[in-house]
Amino acid sequence: MRWMWIDQIIQYEPDRRLVAIKNVSLAEEHLHDHFESGPDGDALPLMPTSLIIEGMAQTAGILVGTMSRFQEKVVLAKVVKATMEKDVVPGQTLRYEAEIERYDPLGASTQGKIFRLTHPETEWEQIGTIDLMFSHLDQNVSGIEFPEENFVFSDNFKTILQSAGLAHLAAIESE
Amino acid sequence: MPETIMTRDDIFKKVQEVLEEALGVDEDEIALETSLTRDLEAESIDFLDIVFRLEKTFTSESAPFKVEQGELFPENLTENPEWVKDGKLTDEGMKMLEDRMPHVDFSGFQDDREVTKVAELITVNSIVEFVERKLTS
Repeated sequence: MRWMWIDQIIQYEPDRRLVAIKNVSLAEEHLHDHFESGPDGDALPLMPTSLIIEGMAQTAGILVGTMSRFQEKVVLAKVVKATMEKDVVPGQTLRYEAEIERYDPLGASTQGKIFRLTHPETEWEQIGTIDLMFSHLDQNVSGIEFPEENFVFSDNFKTILQSAGLAHLAAIESE
Repeated sequence: MPETIMTRDDIFKKVQEVLEEALGVDEDEIALETSLTRDLEAESIDFLDIVFRLEKTFTSESAPFKVEQGELFPENLTENPEWVKDGKLTDEGMKMLEDRMPHVDFSGFQDDREVTKVAELITVNSIVEFVERKLTS
C-alpha cells in the first residue's frame, strides 16, 4: 500500500488554495479493521478520522510546498484544531479544501474544510475543519541538518501533481 | 477615527486568548508569571504558532505588527561558541540575550546560565512586555 490519502488535485490557486478529493473504497484494508465485525456480524467500516487528517495534511502540505516550488522540506508539525461532525463510509467521496493562513521562512499555517459527497447526490456537505501548522525542516531552530534531497515530496506526490497538470511546479520535466 | 491605545491589561487579555488557542490551555492556567515551556509545555513549533497569532491579533489598519525571526524567542544559541561554553551562557552570551530580549527577565538566571533553561524564562509577562514595547515604539 502507498501512503497516499488523496486521489486527485481538482483546484489550485497559486499561493492561496488547493483542493483535493479522495474516493473511499471498501478495497482499503484498514476499513475492515475499523471497525471489524463482532460475533453478530455487525461490521462498521468507517474512514478513520486520523487518516482524514492525514489527507488534509497531504493536501495542505502540497500547497505549502508549492509556495517554495518544493525547495523546502515541508513537514506537518502540529494539528492546531480538528473537528469532525459526521462519519465517512466506503462509496463516499472526501473533498479537502486547504488555504494558506500564514507563510513564513520557518513554516506555514493552513486552514482546511472537509466535505463529503454521498453518491448519487451532487451537493457537497461540509463535515469538519482541520487547521494545521507545517515546519520547513531545514529552517528549524534546533540547527539539525537533514539530507539535501527533498525526501518529503517523493515520486508519489509528483504523480499527483502530474495528473493535475501541475508538474511544472515540481520541475518534473527537467528530470 | 483614532485608534484606542491598549492598556497593559488589554494586551494581557489578548495574549491570553492567543495562548489559549495556540496551546489548547484554559484561561485560568495563564497568569503573568506562567512559563510557556515549563508550565504550559510549549514546544518550538508552538512558538511559531504564537508568533503568527500575535501578528494577526495586534496588526491594525494603521500599523502592521511584524515579528522578525528570533525577535521574541532565542534561536540557535548553541551554534555560537562565543555565547555558550560547556552548556552555559558566557558573559557575552548573557549580554547578547539581555540586549536582544529586553522583554525577558534574566535577573534570577545569572548564577544558573544553563542554555537549555533559557526557554523556561519566557513567561506570559515576557510576551505582554514584548507586545507593549512593539506597540509603543
